[in-house]
Amino acid sequence: MALLQVENLTKNFNDTQVLKGVSFELEKGEVLTIIGSSGSGKTTLLRCLNFLEVASGGKILVNGEVIFPAKKQMKNNLTFGLVFQSFNLFPQYTALQNVTLAMDLTFQNSLKEKKIRGFAFKKAVKENKAINDITAKQLLERVGLADKMQNYPCELSGGQQQRVAIARALALSPDILCFDEPTSALDPELTGEVLKVIKSLKEEGRTMIIVTHEMDFAKNVSDKVIFMADGVIEEEGTPIQVFDNPLSEKTKAFLSKGEF
Amino acid sequence: METFLQISGELLNGFSVSVMLFIFTLVFSLPLGLIICFLTTSKFTPVRAFSKIVVWILRGTPLMLQIFAIFYLPGLLKWFTWPQMNTGWKWFDSTFSTRFIAALVAFSINYAAYFSEIYRGGIQSIPYGQYEAGKVLGLNQSQVFFKVVFMQVIKRILPPMSNEIVTLIKDTALATSIGIVELIFSAKEFMVVDGLIWPLFYAGAFYLIFVGIITVLFNFIEKKLSYYKV
Ligand SMILES: Nc1ncnc2c1ncn2[C@@H]1O[C@H](COP(=O)(O)OP(=O)(O)O)[C@@H](O)[C@H]1O
Ligand SMILES: [Mg+2]
Repeated sequence: MALLQVENLTKNFNDTQVLKGVSFELEKGEVLTIIGSSGSGKTTLLRCLNFLEVASGGKILVNGEVIFPAKKQMKNNLTFGLVFQSFNLFPQYTALQNVTLAMDLTFQNSLKEKKIRGFAFKKAVKENKAINDITAKQLLERVGLADKMQNYPCELSGGQQQRVAIARALALSPDILCFDEPTSALDPELTGEVLKVIKSLKEEGRTMIIVTHEMDFAKNVSDKVIFMADGVIEEEGTPIQVFDNPLSEKTKAFLSKGEF
Repeated sequence: METFLQISGELLNGFSVSVMLFIFTLVFSLPLGLIICFLTTSKFTPVRAFSKIVVWILRGTPLMLQIFAIFYLPGLLKWFTWPQMNTGWKWFDSTFSTRFIAALVAFSINYAAYFSEIYRGGIQSIPYGQYEAGKVLGLNQSQVFFKVVFMQVIKRILPPMSNEIVTLIKDTALATSIGIVELIFSAKEFMVVDGLIWPLFYAGAFYLIFVGIITVLFNFIEKKLSYYKV
């Protein structure tokens, strides 16, 4: 069974339908890239998967279990992680604190759910904090930022910030990590370092959905490519199928333009 | 004729009342402002509309008028009378007089309205991406507010806050209008009773020094928070 099944997902904003029935599947360990011109609904799709938007219709299943629509909308859906185009790091925290924050807080929440309070709470939090710090350091080393852990986002380059954001998203080990144009806000000379990190995540076997305009990268890293146009999946297949032998005229036109 | 020392003592007494009014106004108006801010940004239209009208009235009419209204109206309309402290502790009872309580209520509500607008501007200036980043990391609403947004809001509102708080120091002089014996009242007594002008300027020096201290304090906090940029 596929790790992720999306069935006929739709999203309306007022009167306009932005997603017009999107269906696809993703196996564990696969990398899916979504390409398509601006306004085709790529970001909206990722936002629906991450529950930043509530889809208007359709289904999302993870491991065969319906997570959307669900009777009780999951508050903290940690199946998915999301790396934003504009990083959205927390400026008042160091790189390390950016990565540990969610780990620390989710642990505290779990203690509160178990009604652990007072001294036991403090002790458990302290012990867990030490573990989280180690995990976060490993993650930052993993993205090549061992020497920037104590720096604030404003002291980092765009490429470094995006790598912190990737480490932050990995901290809660999401089953599926989504990227929304992770290099679009970067100077051209900084895109390489971020793409390299994403590539290394693929080699680790992470399941990812990547929206990107970096066609060479997409061709190189994906197991599956989806070309979106006007809120529908216009074409879908292996990188070779979509990039080298596109069937749809729209795909051909999009790829031949060369500017995304 | 009073000596310089006696006059200094009288003015210090008045100043202590001004400072109490200042401190307690902040104690009440800072949190009340946050509550008003949540009301004026409420998604429930009647609440939002009503609270916005209240803020409009509070910011749109003179504080002195509000002080008169709050001090005199309850009695004139026979609603209630402002309480008189009776702890037996003389300084306390005379400082926190009936008039003082009424003025404190007026100041607190009035300044809460101004603070609410500062908070609102600060909160709305935080990019939406910050909330979303918190949300996709599984933080709940209050964690997003207190762990992600709050410190950034503080940093952003510090300059307008310091402005407003400096204004409050000088606005405490309005309490004179309902006969509270604060700094200006004390200084004015020397002019009216003894024909002395200089105690008024002496009183001015008290305000200047107080404003100076508050300004230094805010500069210090701003510096403390300058380790990051938003
Ligand atoms: N919050 C919103 N309200 C109204 N329309 C929106 C909103 N978000 C996106 N849209 C519209 O949905 C369409 C798809 O947007 P988006 O998913 O951002 O496309 P892409 O990421 O492929 O460029 C666009 O036409 C955009 O204007
Ligand atoms: Mg987009």
